[in-house]
Amino acid sequence: MTAVASDVIIVGGGIVGSSAALCLARAGRSVSVIERDFCGSRSSGVNYGGVRRQGRPLSQLPLSCRAHAIWGELAGWVGTDGEYTRSGHLKLARSEADLATLQAYALAVEPFGLGLQVMGRAELRRRFPWVGDVAAGASLCPDDGHANPRLVSPAFARAAQRQGAHLYEQTLVAEVTHNAGQFEVRSQAGQRFTAPWLLNCAGAWAGVLAAQFGEPVPMVAHHPAMLVTEPLPLFMTASTGVEGGGIYARQVARGNCVLGGGRGFAEGPDKARTGQAAILNILRNATELYPALAGAQAIRSWSGTEGYLPDNEPVLGPSLTCPGLLHGFGFAGAGFQIGPAAGEALAQCILAGEAAHSLAAFSIGRFTSLHHTGTL
Amino acid sequence: MSERIVIVGAGPAGVRAAQALVAQGVRPLLIDEGGRGGGQIYRQPPANFTRSANTLYGFEASKARSIHHTLESLRPHLDYQPDTLVWNGEHGVLDTLRQGSLAGRQRFDRLIIASGATDRVLPIPGWTLPGVYTLGAAQVALKFQGCAIGDPVVLAGSGPLLYLVAYQYAKAGATVATVLDTSPLQAQINAVPRLLTQPATFAKGLYYRAWLMAKRVPVYQGVTLLGVEGAERVTHVLWSMQGRVHALACNAIGFSHALRSETQLADLLGCSFAWSPLNRAWLPTRDELGRASVSGVYLAGDGAGILGADGAEITGELAAMAVLEDLGKRVDGKRRSQHLAALARLQRFRVGLETAFPFPTNWAVQAPDHLVVCRCEQVTAGEVRAAVRAGHWEVNRVKATCRAGMGRCQGRVCGVATVELIAGESGRPPEQVGRLRAQAPLKPLPFDLEIGP
Repeated sequence: MTAVASDVIIVGGGIVGSSAALCLARAGRSVSVIERDFCGSRSSGVNYGGVRRQGRPLSQLPLSCRAHAIWGELAGWVGTDGEYTRSGHLKLARSEADLATLQAYALAVEPFGLGLQVMGRAELRRRFPWVGDVAAGASLCPDDGHANPRLVSPAFARAAQRQGAHLYEQTLVAEVTHNAGQFEVRSQAGQRFTAPWLLNCAGAWAGVLAAQFGEPVPMVAHHPAMLVTEPLPLFMTASTGVEGGGIYARQVARGNCVLGGGRGFAEGPDKARTGQAAILNILRNATELYPALAGAQAIRSWSGTEGYLPDNEPVLGPSLTCPGLLHGFGFAGAGFQIGPAAGEALAQCILAGEAAHSLAAFSIGRFTSLHHTGTL
Repeated sequence: MSERIVIVGAGPAGVRAAQALVAQGVRPLLIDEGGRGGGQIYRQPPANFTRSANTLYGFEASKARSIHHTLESLRPHLDYQPDTLVWNGEHGVLDTLRQGSLAGRQRFDRLIIASGATDRVLPIPGWTLPGVYTLGAAQVALKFQGCAIGDPVVLAGSGPLLYLVAYQYAKAGATVATVLDTSPLQAQINAVPRLLTQPATFAKGLYYRAWLMAKRVPVYQGVTLLGVEGAERVTHVLWSMQGRVHALACNAIGFSHALRSETQLADLLGCSFAWSPLNRAWLPTRDELGRASVSGVYLAGDGAGILGADGAEITGELAAMAVLEDLGKRVDGKRRSQHLAALARLQRFRVGLETAFPFPTNWAVQAPDHLVVCRCEQVTAGEVRAAVRAGHWEVNRVKATCRAGMGRCQGRVCGVATVELIAGESGRPPEQVGRLRAQAPLKPLPFDLEIGP
């Protein structure tokens, strides 16, 4: 079988890989996206669907704000609005101490123009009467929101395809080699792909490839637990979260409420689901935060497989061991919003030699001191 | 510590499994979603109802009584949790919901799944109107509540249940306006040799039909169901035969096309599945006694493949024999051989039934674009086809794209139709468009549920 030669091979057709493919294809580069399942069907497509800047570490905000601009033009980018709505993101505080944390955060991120509005109990009651009495206050980011990941993430891949990128779905990578400036990827079915650039956007499974090139990372997989209710009368006017962790929730235009909190479990290397404990935790504890859910029913639950690094920051940018290799993975369950900008930054590394925003904080080099392997 | 043996489902399969276990000194836990045993086929009316078994079950009265009496006599020898939904299964544990609000857990070492079946529905325009039921639901209304779904009623579709329900309705005094059988007469004639492998059952089928004829209930075969009409409720059924369109006045219709297995629990427990051409469905694989691919899980009854109530009694007992064997207990080899032989005969009969009432493979071609296929999410046939034209051919991807199967039934009602549409539009056979994955909770769960004792 002759090899498919292109300018760039992207391993992983999630939202990061697909948006990189879209940017590269738009710039005239030939791209092969190799996806073991269907593009946008794994964590990029089954995450909670929060599209928020609020709550991110300062290090991510330049890229997250760039992503915010892309989301604002989503239909122009991918040809669908993906049910994206700037409903606002309301982060609830359960205590005065948590409210103080939200206040401090608002102050710290002021230069980024998120426009956070921190409010105490009375204002919260007045503006968001559907929030339960357990909340002592909240911080609102009016232009954050939510979207349907099942639609958005595959749409990035399809948009890349329309721009000329080739998608190889249900194609499992068996072997990657690098010789004389060329990567060669061989699939389990025996297909071969060659290119001078290789993007490792394989999500929670990216560690294998990174390790193969002498850059092992201490990444672990977690599995968020999420469930959805039957359609309910519209009441939840903003996407919500809880300071310090807790049950997050949003309501879609159809009326279904999507809730998340706690963790599911892995059913094998590439399958995850929710378990009894997480489902009962959400069902038994959500109504104190969102009283209108009393009497409602949950109709379905699901999980995904997300990669976490110890500092909860992603790995994004060039490999330090292998020229032509770029990494983009490990978004710690918060890659959906920032994904399009992360993909664009990877494309910029190839097209312009460097990303428009510094990726220094996300360098894979921050882990090399932990490991002294490095042999192929 | 002795092993915990759990049976899910107290229909004919579950009860016979329990009986065989108890006979060997094993005390199983029997969990049933219904309030009283019997399953769907031998569903019992509420305790204060007084209709006799003969009235409720007709020819099957003795079998129904036997299942009910067996369960009653077993009560001191087993643990019994009626009104209990199993909504999730994880390795060695079942999650339950009792009486709609009490959450519980049951550990098991061995589990017999006898989860039964539901009607197989191939939607027609107007099927979401009030007054439209499945044949199974029409029968449940009669057995459980002693009432008809309407008057006059039209009973339509295909499968053995069609004539049985028509007979039961007419006998109970309801006006059966017409029976519309979508399978052609020739198919039923072709099936006679195989159907004669179960002469008694075959005779019953003939009897129902002759009885309907004698009572001048019109029966048409080889019809095409065009739709149901009405503003707020069914007023007419539209159908055609040999190119002529007919409108038939009624205020309720029961329609479905045979049965489909409830396999979600086996799926959540990780059992492997294989395509069954006869059932035109993915079914959990099992050995001849009913052992699933997951150690400690056993399958019985219609939930493991449609075979009917008599078959369920046999596969229920065989699954119990497998459990007993695996516990190192002796089983009656002669009885096991007899059961396996009977099962083989039933399977031949089942092939005959499938010939007599063939799956309407042209349904997908005929379904108009505006037809609502997934009623929970209001997804039309046209939207499913559009998802396929957008490049999706795998059923879970189509679900993710257009929401078909994403609602509260999780595809238990619309899954068959969605698969047929994807197959039709993509040009792939139905076994090559994937299998809808089961997700917990298997049925809706309320917020604020309590943790049971």
